[in-house]
Amino acid sequence: MGEDTDTRKINHSFLRDHSYVTEADIISTVEFNHTGELLATGDKGGRVVIFQREPESKNAPHSQGEYDVYSTFQSHEPEFDYLKSLEIEEKINKIKWLPQQNAAHSLLSTNDKTIKLWKITERDKRPEGYNLKDEEGKLKDLSTVTSLQVPVLKPMDLMVEVSPRRVFANGHTYHINSISVNSDCETYMSADDLRINLWHLAITDRSFNIVDIKPANMEDLTEVITASEFHPHHCNLFVYSSSKGSLRLCDMRAAALCDKHSKLFEEPEDPSNRSFFSEIISSVSDVKFSHSGRYMLTRDYLTVKVWDLNMEARPIETYQVHDYLRSKLCSLYENDCIFDKFECAWNGSDSVIMTGAYNNFFRMFDRNTKRDVTLEASRESSKPRAVLKPRRVCVGGKRRRDDISVDSLDFTKKILHTAWHPAENIIAIAATNNLYIFQDKVNSEMH
Amino acid sequence: MMLSKGLKRKREEERETETLAGDAWWLDPSLPAAAQAPPATASSSLFDLSVLKLHHSLRQGEPDLRHLVLVVNTLRRIQASMAPAPTLPPVPSPPAAPCVADSLLASSDAALSASMASLLEDLSHIEGLSQAPQPLVDEGPPGRPVGGSPPSLGALDLLGPATGCLLDDELEGLFEDIDTSMYDSELWAPASEGLKPGPEDGPGKEEALELDEAELDYLLDVLVGTQALERPPGPGR
Repeated sequence: MGEDTDTRKINHSFLRDHSYVTEADIISTVEFNHTGELLATGDKGGRVVIFQREPESKNAPHSQGEYDVYSTFQSHEPEFDYLKSLEIEEKINKIKWLPQQNAAHSLLSTNDKTIKLWKITERDKRPEGYNLKDEEGKLKDLSTVTSLQVPVLKPMDLMVEVSPRRVFANGHTYHINSISVNSDCETYMSADDLRINLWHLAITDRSFNIVDIKPANMEDLTEVITASEFHPHHCNLFVYSSSKGSLRLCDMRAAALCDKHSKLFEEPEDPSNRSFFSEIISSVSDVKFSHSGRYMLTRDYLTVKVWDLNMEARPIETYQVHDYLRSKLCSLYENDCIFDKFECAWNGSDSVIMTGAYNNFFRMFDRNTKRDVTLEASRESSKPRAVLKPRRVCVGGKRRRDDISVDSLDFTKKILHTAWHPAENIIAIAATNNLYIFQDKVNSEMH
Repeated sequence: MMLSKGLKRKREEERETETLAGDAWWLDPSLPAAAQAPPATASSSLFDLSVLKLHHSLRQGEPDLRHLVLVVNTLRRIQASMAPAPTLPPVPSPPAAPCVADSLLASSDAALSASMASLLEDLSHIEGLSQAPQPLVDEGPPGRPVGGSPPSLGALDLLGPATGCLLDDELEGLFEDIDTSMYDSELWAPASEGLKPGPEDGPGKEEALELDEAELDYLLDVLVGTQALERPPGPGR
């Protein structure tokens, strides 16, 4: 987005929304594929819904490039672990697309314990004109066959078929929080609270443990892994974040077990902001490499930070998401909101970062202009193809007409999952059980 | 589920209204850290709240480890701040509050340690009694096989019964506490040697079966407590 980008120019298309509130419909993850043509969402009920962007057509100019449902399938079912007498949730924690290598699309979806590889194929032709079978598939009476014909492929209604290709089970004792496909397109990693495993996409009965922070004595446990990701270009590098707010960059070439980090990124605690909740709010809930691979983006409870891979001492940029909550930490601790895990996202050119907040607000920060904006994802405040209006939270002092006061924020409406199209200014926002897709029609190219 | 605006409050937790009004008391930078003496009621209610959260978290079948660790660490911080600072000179301050805090600390400290210890122990028991040994750093090929689920063949396999079980190792580990000394008894050593079919042994297999029977009978007798040695040994001995 350039200097002149005014958020008022952002148009949006209002697409799917459910009018009923079912727990199973709560969206738990959102992910664009590598071209942005497909958008996958996972929900608490274990379902995956894939949207496809319609090609722009002259016949319907008003519906250019909108996303429609492409396929829906049940990825995970609730399971019961008889040994522990525990139910394993079917909620989809993460979806990651594999780079497309042929006509089919593939993605990895995971719940707390099991990762699955799904293959999505299209069928839009079928053969007609068999010699031995008739149209319904019944064998013909051979005496009626007088001449031979060559079967031809005729078009048919598009059928999207989804099939499970691999099931990567029994690799994790604790809850999986991240998966990340390696740039080598052959391996991927999965991380739970205490361990990270490396898998080969074709091998399901074995995985390699590359990080293990479980202490010998569980009583000594003070830190857990919160997120992890492979470097976008260097297949040997990955990063993982912790509940204490640190990032560890690891090199798989250095050792088989990457417990010793290559680099440790940690910001010293600000003594003026010290409180009982310092550690909780420093816990990193998401980490994302920039598309360039030079930077990392982290989200903790109150801020998003940009880190330069070459500087471990502190982030190069820090943006306040909702600093007005700093004086409310005790209440947020009481109602457990302080433990909410927000995700963050880069735009395609790494110039803008985005993250969600409460009251269905989400925030965008332009790294170049240092301008930021708060927008709202809700039916009430936006109509299809209308322009999003910037929102403001007032913390006392002068209050403008449409400002929201801190005390009237709805903390049950949290935008935890957001995604940005890899090339264009299109964003997907998950607000509980609703998916919003916003497009910047005027400035559709990245700057 | 009622979605009301504003902050949610948990009904079952006793909450002091001072806690919320004085939300920022610990953020006061003007107070030097050493002399900072937060009102005992506020920090003790935060302490109680944290203990409640800890117990609630541990009561879950499979606690959220991140939540648990963060609450425990916060609790430790609160505990540390409630302990009287050793460098402070004796202060003739209101006696009731510190005494209450101390007794609370003393009683809950033991309880806290005990509950934390036992519950974290439980976690490690549940998790894996026989953890596969950590691979050494200088090991050649990294990793170890994990899990033995066969490659899926189709949708039917996937939607089958729970496969989210523990590792094979852990299954064995669960039975560690069963006394297997009976089965490891030296008494059987000669018998087992005799079971080895040598090349000249004709009816080796037959022999083995009969010996097995004898052994089982002996075992049964011992278990039942009778004089088993009266039984004639099987043929071939």
